[in-house]
Amino acid sequence: MNRTPLLFLNVFVIATCGLIYELVAGTLSSYVLGDSVTQFSLIIGIYLFAMGVGSWLSGFIEKNIAEKFVDIELAVAVIGGFSAPLLFFSFANLSFFSIVLYGMVFIIGTLVGLEIPLLMRILKDELDFKDLVSRVLSLDYIGALAASLLFPLFLVPKLGLTRTSLLFGMLNAVVGIWATWLLEPLIRKNVNFLRVKGFVIILLLFAAFIKADKLTSLAEDALFTDDIIYAKSSPYQRIVVTKGKTGYALFLNGNLQFNSFDEYRYHEALVHPAFAAFGANPKRVLVLGGGDGLAIREVLKYPSVENVTLVDLDPMMTELSNNLPAIANLNKNALADKRVSVINNDAYVWLDNAETEPFDVAIVDFPDPNNFALGKLYTTRFYNLLKTKLKPDSAIVIQCTSPLIARNSYWCIIKTLESAGFHVKPYQTTVPSFGVWGYALAKLEPFETPKKPPGNIELKFLNDNSFASMFEFSTDTSLPKDEEIEINRLDNQALVRYYEAEWRRFE
Amino acid sequence: MSEFTRREILTAFLGLPFALAACRSNSADDFPDGEIVGANVDVGHILRENRNVEVSENNWENARVAIVGGGVAGLSAAWKFQKENFDDFILLELENKIGGTAQSGKNDFIGYPWGAHYLPVPFQENTELISLLDEMNLTEGKNQNGEIVVKEQFLCREPEERVFYKGRWYEGLYLNVGASDEDKRQLGEFQKQVDFWVNWRDPKGKRAFVLPVANCSTDAEVTDLDKISFTDWLKQKGFTSERLLWYCDYACRDDYGLRLEQTSAWAGLFYFCSRVRKSGDESQSFITFPEGNGRFVNFLHEKVRDKTRLKTIALEIVPNETGVDVIYLNTETNEIRGLRCKKTIFAAPIFTTKYLIRDFRQNTPDFFQEFEHNAWFVANLFLKDRPKSQFTKDFPLAWDNVIYESPSLGYVNATHQKGIDYGQTVFTYYFPMCDGKGRAKLFGLGWKELADICLTDLSLAHKDIRELAERIDIMRWGHAMISPRPNFIWSGAREKAQKPFRHIHFAHSDLSGIALFEEAFFHGIRAAKETLRANLQG
Repeated sequence: MNRTPLLFLNVFVIATCGLIYELVAGTLSSYVLGDSVTQFSLIIGIYLFAMGVGSWLSGFIEKNIAEKFVDIELAVAVIGGFSAPLLFFSFANLSFFSIVLYGMVFIIGTLVGLEIPLLMRILKDELDFKDLVSRVLSLDYIGALAASLLFPLFLVPKLGLTRTSLLFGMLNAVVGIWATWLLEPLIRKNVNFLRVKGFVIILLLFAAFIKADKLTSLAEDALFTDDIIYAKSSPYQRIVVTKGKTGYALFLNGNLQFNSFDEYRYHEALVHPAFAAFGANPKRVLVLGGGDGLAIREVLKYPSVENVTLVDLDPMMTELSNNLPAIANLNKNALADKRVSVINNDAYVWLDNAETEPFDVAIVDFPDPNNFALGKLYTTRFYNLLKTKLKPDSAIVIQCTSPLIARNSYWCIIKTLESAGFHVKPYQTTVPSFGVWGYALAKLEPFETPKKPPGNIELKFLNDNSFASMFEFSTDTSLPKDEEIEINRLDNQALVRYYEAEWRRFE
Repeated sequence: MSEFTRREILTAFLGLPFALAACRSNSADDFPDGEIVGANVDVGHILRENRNVEVSENNWENARVAIVGGGVAGLSAAWKFQKENFDDFILLELENKIGGTAQSGKNDFIGYPWGAHYLPVPFQENTELISLLDEMNLTEGKNQNGEIVVKEQFLCREPEERVFYKGRWYEGLYLNVGASDEDKRQLGEFQKQVDFWVNWRDPKGKRAFVLPVANCSTDAEVTDLDKISFTDWLKQKGFTSERLLWYCDYACRDDYGLRLEQTSAWAGLFYFCSRVRKSGDESQSFITFPEGNGRFVNFLHEKVRDKTRLKTIALEIVPNETGVDVIYLNTETNEIRGLRCKKTIFAAPIFTTKYLIRDFRQNTPDFFQEFEHNAWFVANLFLKDRPKSQFTKDFPLAWDNVIYESPSLGYVNATHQKGIDYGQTVFTYYFPMCDGKGRAKLFGLGWKELADICLTDLSLAHKDIRELAERIDIMRWGHAMISPRPNFIWSGAREKAQKPFRHIHFAHSDLSGIALFEEAFFHGIRAAKETLRANLQG
């Protein structure tokens, strides 16, 4: 049997795998560290250099070339195959992520750099040097083409980074095992041992491939179709950031907080009506919840703002918003702004104890009231505490879940605000990621519904028309006529019960 | 320190399954810090010695009134005096802390109760108690029916209660999960019985069950309920549902420290009926604070601080023709001093009268023998974090957390009412010693055994409790509560005991037969009024 064509097939596979690892590392690092130009250049540079190192090192291998080749294949299979899950894990858990990243790229590059020279030496006895070089190198480049086409078109969208790297790890291991048959005459030592090693590696990679969801997030279910680039549990919540076709998304306890492709709609609608209702020169702004910094990005568009106090429960969240490039770029480094002070505390406890000057505008942007700890942040007591931090002409806004999906919940919040003594203008808008979304604009004194967004502020979504239309409610989202909506109090937590009943229909 | 094995102790307190589970795991050695706190046992012994002591002439002082006992009753009397601008009185409390069973503790983070920990919102008729709530700034006006409105932050926050059953937590106290149609029918039937008594009025228009007990109807139709046990009443009415009986049993243990079969049916129904305004209404909401009823007694104490003497134990109360001499020991200085008074308000547990009142030492009136008390222990667990939920959909930590299978009452979470839902907290764990030998059993054990009982019990629901608990302090209450056993409340003994003995007026929740804040408060106010009236006349 002429094994040469089969060995050429190996060259093709090896070349494809090698480039895939490089692309995985480049994509992954640009997801988590941002700045894809820098990340891709660095990864490609280090990788190519490492391949050079590998080629050079191949010169030191004198004996047992076929065995060494198999071993190297299996090593690439393990390190390359597990590279994506390992990198995700170390990003979430290690402070020296970039060392792990570049170190891993270097090791994979070196091993891949060893492969082709060794294979060429194995094949040299069967072909002219001229044919050898031309075929091996052309297949190498075809493999690279295959990888670079497959990666963006099929692998990332269908499999995601983790499964892609695991799949190609398995391919690498297959090449290694297959080589034990192709090169059997050249292998002097225990062939079966090499084969067992290879099968064990394939099994491990396969198991990881099946359990890939669990690997990246340790306990995330199939909820996340996109790649998880960050997943970590704080004492308060599970924080997950994903990167998909539409952009980055943040999930807290599995609930979507924003998707980068349409979050501007949500945050413009959240912030600017309150500024429009307040009027001239707002100086002091309170933001409760909203640790992603996206609302603050909008707040900082107002030059008169001197001081923004952000109260968010979770230090891990506010640090992430400041340090994860994916989020920090999106919020324009809002949390690092001199005008912003971050307080990590439960907003209820903070309002109950803090002594502070009153605020001109307060933005209340908590997760939906799906448990009692969150439900207390929507009670008459909470709004009464908030009142103590306001002036008679202060404007506040509250995110109020969906008036379409959770209609009673939405109007429960509106009624609760009214019963705490606020004059309320309910409004809603559409955010594709969320659906129809509701807010409440409120003041302690009676006020006119603002007609348009404040002037001289750069906006992507709101204009005079879209602004005015937010205050109109359709038949299926307006206050239910046939139902007596309860007021949410600490001692009844009516809202959590409405919310659970309404959202349970969609689970 | 105990001659019993760990397994014997755990079996005696918690039952065999708990004991076996605990002894299978090697958890016996994981103990946090902690100690027994509260009144020194020696102080109690001094009381029982019936000391006949002489007070040297220059150690006597005069006060128009002495109040013996600084629990809710004594403090309420003092508060009433202060409100009526009468200030010639002195209050003696043997402990170094005010409040009796309503006392509380606090660390640098949060307050926590050592006993009583809530007060149902009083009906509008309870004007004296409402004036206290107003003075404490807990209220904000009245609703259209004239009932007081208590500020939201002082009403027990939802979720109020949850119950742990077969590995999971469920909302509420009554175990709804898995209830059969028959269980539900019986619960509905029971509710009808409660409604019947809520709506019941005697010919004079008095309610059957209302707080304070003094305002309850004395009509035989209702007082006859006191002649049988709650178990017998439930049986007579055909109630057999296990979970309904558990619910009623829990109520008796919670409010009286007695089992269903030990409690009078009158007292059992009192629990369910006295806090419901009219049929169909929810039970009155609870007013609560992290430190429980400690908030009330600390407020009252603040008002009369300069009239209060802590660590002073009355040794003998000697009525005479013109007044009463009260001889007491300062347990700090060991000085014996005397108070020459016109009147004394005896606001200590009734069983102590036979040690303190000279005339009763030889000749205790029979009716005083009818007052029986039971023992409790209360543990405060200082946790560095909350126990983790074992299931994502488990019902979350509530204010009151009860373990169905356990003889304890479960625990109350101190940070609940403050809205603090994360991180460190204090759990207050309650264990009533229902059986007759409870007191001896309780005082036969030391800190470690009691802490072990508490940890073993809670670890059924919280596997991580031993790691989370940084400290456990334990209070043993030898005479925590008066026991409303059958044939006590309406036997006539309470009525007789309420009558002043010479110049001594009695004030204690014991006199109601039910250990509730409202009752102690009522008797304190009553005794204060009696003495004020007498003083005005004299």
